[in-house]
Amino acid sequence: MHKLPAIEVQNLSKQYRIGALEKKNAHLGEQLRGLIPRLFSRDKKNTIWSLKNVNFTVEPGEAWGIIGRNGAGKSTLLKVLSKITRATSGTVVTRGRVAALLEVGTGFHPELTGRENVYLNGSILGMTKPEIKRKFDDIVDFAGVGPFIDTPVKRYSSGMQLRLAFAVAAYLEPEILVIDEVLAVGDLEFQKKCLHSVEEMKGGRTVLFVSHNLGAVKGLCQKALWLEQGEVKQSGEVNSVVQAYLSSVAEISKGDSIEEKRQGGTGLIRFTSIELRDQEGDERASFMVGEQMRIRADFSSQARVIDPAFCIGIIRGDGTVVSYLHSMAVGYPLSKVSGKGFVEVTIPEIMMMPGEYHIQLWCGAKRDRVVYDLVEPVARFTIISGPIMRSQLALDSRWGVIYIPASWNHQSEADGQSN
Amino acid sequence: MKDIFQYRQLFYFLVWRDIKVRYKQTLLGIAWAVIQPVVAMVIFTIFFGRLASVAGQTNIPYPVFVYTGLLPWMYFSGAVSNGANSLVTNVQLVTKVYFPRQIIPSISLISGLVDFGLSFILLLLLMVYYAVSIGSGMLLVPVLLLGVSMLALGLNLFLAALNAQFRDVRHAMPFIMQIWLFASPIIYPPRFVPEKFRFLLNLNPMTGYLEGFRSAVLHQPWDFEALAMSLSISAVLLIIGSLYFNRVEATLADVI
Repeated sequence: MHKLPAIEVQNLSKQYRIGALEKKNAHLGEQLRGLIPRLFSRDKKNTIWSLKNVNFTVEPGEAWGIIGRNGAGKSTLLKVLSKITRATSGTVVTRGRVAALLEVGTGFHPELTGRENVYLNGSILGMTKPEIKRKFDDIVDFAGVGPFIDTPVKRYSSGMQLRLAFAVAAYLEPEILVIDEVLAVGDLEFQKKCLHSVEEMKGGRTVLFVSHNLGAVKGLCQKALWLEQGEVKQSGEVNSVVQAYLSSVAEISKGDSIEEKRQGGTGLIRFTSIELRDQEGDERASFMVGEQMRIRADFSSQARVIDPAFCIGIIRGDGTVVSYLHSMAVGYPLSKVSGKGFVEVTIPEIMMMPGEYHIQLWCGAKRDRVVYDLVEPVARFTIISGPIMRSQLALDSRWGVIYIPASWNHQSEADGQSN
Repeated sequence: MKDIFQYRQLFYFLVWRDIKVRYKQTLLGIAWAVIQPVVAMVIFTIFFGRLASVAGQTNIPYPVFVYTGLLPWMYFSGAVSNGANSLVTNVQLVTKVYFPRQIIPSISLISGLVDFGLSFILLLLLMVYYAVSIGSGMLLVPVLLLGVSMLALGLNLFLAALNAQFRDVRHAMPFIMQIWLFASPIIYPPRFVPEKFRFLLNLNPMTGYLEGFRSAVLHQPWDFEALAMSLSISAVLLIIGSLYFNRVEATLADVI
């Protein structure tokens, strides 16, 4: 028998009045002045569509990732689906109990003890009292706050509060689970626990998952919905949607102008543009670990320059130098350049930890210390975890600078053999 | 309605949280529930003790008289002051989880009963001390409380929704409740008000309940006209409050 879809969204639109957003805490007097004209003319100028004609259907047991840039309407969509706010038009049908995890620790009260907060937070998330009672020990265990469970949570460290709050959510058993970016918190060890428990929670459940961590989206979801300015740009199989999204991000981030980022140099040779491309030659600003990356820098020189040297630095967002790719470091012969040209380096497999990076361009003389041009930071790009890593963790820059694909084996008394 | 039943456990937990948290990290704790009306009683007795006898109401000691007025009043003003602010203080819940929003302005009606109960025990002690006889009219106290709750709920729904959009409510509330206190027959009996203005007093929906409470506790003649008036006004306010609340509710999470 064919099961009915778990979520059906048809022509969903949500309009916000910008005026209302700007002065949402306005005083009555201010509002009264604007009240009369507003009552009679529903002025359509000061409104924005946070969601516009969104359509999609989620089958039971499917996990969908919702991706898009900030302000694309992802959070609004989740809020409408979980009935926190109402749509302006369109219909949403959900079949099954919906639990929304838009924030960890909603309703936590600092004066109450850990135990009391577990019950309170559990019932806020829709658990029944016997249900919470049954899972109580597991929740405390998961959070690792055992000895402090009868202490007011205001005495907890923020990490402990967070762990306890997530632990409650981790034991939810709804039919439809809606999660918004809650994994981007906490220490590393806990993050991997969370991601793991989300994976466990998934088990046969329908999941909607909003995250900027595209690696996690690819790992958890089979389908994806890409929102842009409130509209569905693409939906379907997760890999193709993420791929399409990545290439669109590249176009947008090209804005960084080389002129503005110029740090110095004599100007004998000037860089004119930089591009990051993938294996297929498509321009990108996001790469998965293990993908090929080609960096091409165009330049123009005022005259014939003998023995120039080029260097392309890969710098992490916090300024850490990952590597300077220097033409002389690989003995690349560059006896002279003139006019317009380009240099291109190809990295067969990027092995850097997921995170934010950018490029530094340098060009100078091979022998003396003359600098022709120095540009930084340009070509910001993001590394996300890729399938090559087979990682069950949400890796990021805190795990180091480079990713070393190491192979493992182990031995213990129990099995007596390695594998 | 079905929704509210389904979420009754959440309602119960939120009421429990409200009670539990109210006197946390205070030295005197729950004693505050009694201190407030008692101090008010003492002050009013010192300054207005003559008013009752002026109006010819001499058969009841003034402290008992004013305390019986203060009890339902403090329940009412506490419920409404907290209720009007309730959506704003629980903004985290409103914007992050779904549940019937009517729950939030209803919490203070129930959690306020604890304070009421404690100060009611003190009333009984006070009556024993002043040798005022305790009558069977006491049994009607819950019915009157229900009336006060209905009035408070109507106001809470309206004010909480209004406050979610216009924070002016929060600033106006203490001031309004102050004036309302003196506009109600708490420190004075209704007879203190000249006959031709009496109808104005009866337009105050608290009048019927306050008088009813005294009638029930202190064996006074009942003024059923005033009580009927209070009940009708409360019902009307409850309807208006609910309608307004429902209108705001749809986009509450966006405007708050």
